[in-house]
Amino acid sequence: MYKILEKKALNPTVVQLQIEAPLVANKARPGQFIILRVDEAGERIPLTVAGVNPETGAVKIIFQIVGSTTEKLSHKEEGDYIQDFVGPLGVATHLDGLKKVCIVGGGVGCAIAMPIAEALHEMGAEVTSIIGFRNKDLLILEDEFKACSDTLRVMTDDGSYGEHGNVTVPLKEMLEKGEKFDMIITIGPLIMMKFVVATAKPFGVPCTVSMNPIMIDGTGMCGGCRLTLNVDGKKVTKFACVDGPDFNGYEVDFDEAMSRGRMYFGYERHKHEETCNLFKKEVQ
Amino acid sequence: MAKANMTPTRNVMPTQDPLVRAHNFDEVALGYSEQTAIDEANRCLNCKTMPCVDGCPVKIHIPEFISKIKEGDFEGAYQIINKSSSLPAVCGRVCPQETQCESKCVRGIKGESVGIGRLERFVADWHNTFCTEEPVRPESNGHRVAIVGSGPSGLTCAGDLAKKGYEVTVFEALHTAGGVLVYGIPEFRLPKAIVAKEVDTLKKLGVKVETNVVIGKTLTIDELFGMGFEAVFVGSGAGLPNFMGIPGEALSGVYSANEFLTRSNLMKAYKDNPDTPIMKGGKVAVVGGGNVAMDAARTALRLGAEKVYIVYRRSMEELPARREEVEHAEEEGIDFQLLCNPVEILGYRNPEDPRDPKNGFVTGMTCVKMELGEPDEKGRRRPVVIPGSEFTLDVDTVVMSIGTSPNPLIKSTTKGLEVTRWGGIVVNEDGLTTREGVYAGGDAVTGAATVISAMGAGKTAAKAIDEALSK
Repeated sequence: MYKILEKKALNPTVVQLQIEAPLVANKARPGQFIILRVDEAGERIPLTVAGVNPETGAVKIIFQIVGSTTEKLSHKEEGDYIQDFVGPLGVATHLDGLKKVCIVGGGVGCAIAMPIAEALHEMGAEVTSIIGFRNKDLLILEDEFKACSDTLRVMTDDGSYGEHGNVTVPLKEMLEKGEKFDMIITIGPLIMMKFVVATAKPFGVPCTVSMNPIMIDGTGMCGGCRLTLNVDGKKVTKFACVDGPDFNGYEVDFDEAMSRGRMYFGYERHKHEETCNLFKKEVQ
Repeated sequence: MAKANMTPTRNVMPTQDPLVRAHNFDEVALGYSEQTAIDEANRCLNCKTMPCVDGCPVKIHIPEFISKIKEGDFEGAYQIINKSSSLPAVCGRVCPQETQCESKCVRGIKGESVGIGRLERFVADWHNTFCTEEPVRPESNGHRVAIVGSGPSGLTCAGDLAKKGYEVTVFEALHTAGGVLVYGIPEFRLPKAIVAKEVDTLKKLGVKVETNVVIGKTLTIDELFGMGFEAVFVGSGAGLPNFMGIPGEALSGVYSANEFLTRSNLMKAYKDNPDTPIMKGGKVAVVGGGNVAMDAARTALRLGAEKVYIVYRRSMEELPARREEVEHAEEEGIDFQLLCNPVEILGYRNPEDPRDPKNGFVTGMTCVKMELGEPDEKGRRRPVVIPGSEFTLDVDTVVMSIGTSPNPLIKSTTKGLEVTRWGGIVVNEDGLTTREGVYAGGDAVTGAATVISAMGAGKTAAKAIDEALSK
């Protein structure tokens, strides 16, 4: 069992937890993920590590309430325990040698992008961050990004905060102005990452994307997290849990990944409603 | 003692009715009664040469334990098995006895061999039901050994070492101990309560089990030595599932057998309203002919499929699964499409509506018919495509069960550990790897094989570790 040391709501649907897991805290590096189960009958869900404190043994995770499991997790309080917490899994983001990087985060993906931006900043790299949200209420981590970015652009889809528009708008503008990034690292919804890659392509800037497919064991056993890369015209199957979660954005078949990501959509929606109803009943 | 029972056929294993069991996850085989067990034991001629023991990868003293059954001393029989095997209730259920101990049985020459596996299972179940004596933890010899993975090889190695007084810690990546015994083999063939009981017995012998620790990630093998472990046994099992490389394998509704079985077994997706989803019902094709394929097919049926196909490219004669599993599958109504090979999985796509929820789901699988050609270097006749034989199976789910390749996590984080071209860990006859103090066995070394051969490897390594550390 793993203790919840601290809980904080970042916005109405995004929660930050600090979980006591010293072995994971010792090892995890930006870009790696953990798998957790809330309770004995729970499913295993992967969440990317948003930060660690090796001294206190705390691992920070930030998640959006999207389904039954995240709903249940959001009802856990400080001092409560969760059943299982294992990691760090996956390969850490490759940051060596990067001098000038553009981080593009979307929604809760910003939680994963933030430790990468921090690590780059600490390395002395020049960090440009573009973070985007649907609206002002969903904004998270603005201060944290401000602290580790040389340039920060905050975007909202509806213009209720920061600049109006998608994250690709300022990215395109900067690239057109002749900004020379060593690397663009983008983390967020698949559709956003797909368009970030498409925006970067004409400029030939290397582009790393962080994939978050459906997973069970996370250790290279089940193969559920497979995705297809197009490498030099050849289709190659890779596994996000052991080969990723980071991949070369130009090689990823995003349409396939989006289709696979919808596999249990109907089931999950139903399950989430059911869980919400259970919690509502408890309140009554 | 009763006179030898010279009936040429063995006692039939009572099973759940095929039509009933096809819809539940309860165990298929129900086990011998005491009377039947004694009757079957009396078929054993107690040969001096003991050919059956030769056929057993862990060298259980078979005629000796069967003699105890003849006397009605079932606990005595258990104690004899227990000397050689840490997991008798498991082996009695999942070992391919027909190609091991039973294949050497003298009674098999002019009839059916003694039902050794069935007797082993009877004895283990009798012990688990009636024995109240707790296993005694031996006095510690002060040596610490780490075991990576709690599957059959790891548990066996742990058990053998614990019995000798070693302080053993087993590290398991998943949240439950048992490895393939809990994520792979279904409840109806190996109830999870039996695995839990065997693990519990090991804990009583002093074995510590640390779940949620991925060696190679959470801790490395070097760190284990730094923590004071003097030897490490790697039994990390088979790894990434293989796919065929045909179009459509990324469609929704295509699973590897590992994923399909893990969802159902470990994550309990077979239960009503599970947290972990799985595609239930419809028509299912399982591609492959091994035991894992049989497990996947029979699981699909129990999950409510209206039709389940096994698609295998050779004929029934070459089909590698245990005979008993194939028979059970046939009785339950699994449709064997033999000499048949998939070439493409077909998916739904609504050109009018990209948001149609059916988009990206499997609608069928195109296959070709095969015929057997000349034998290859291994003597197996190579399947050859019959031109123009294409046809489409109408299916909603496809499960690929065509083997695995070893897990990459440990080799990529352990210096000095040599692996073969295909990724298996290189070991000598004692199970020692190219790294001092590191031993390995099971599927991590051999690639996908059987539970009992993994146990044999765990046993060999335990012996070698004991010899090295007690010097």
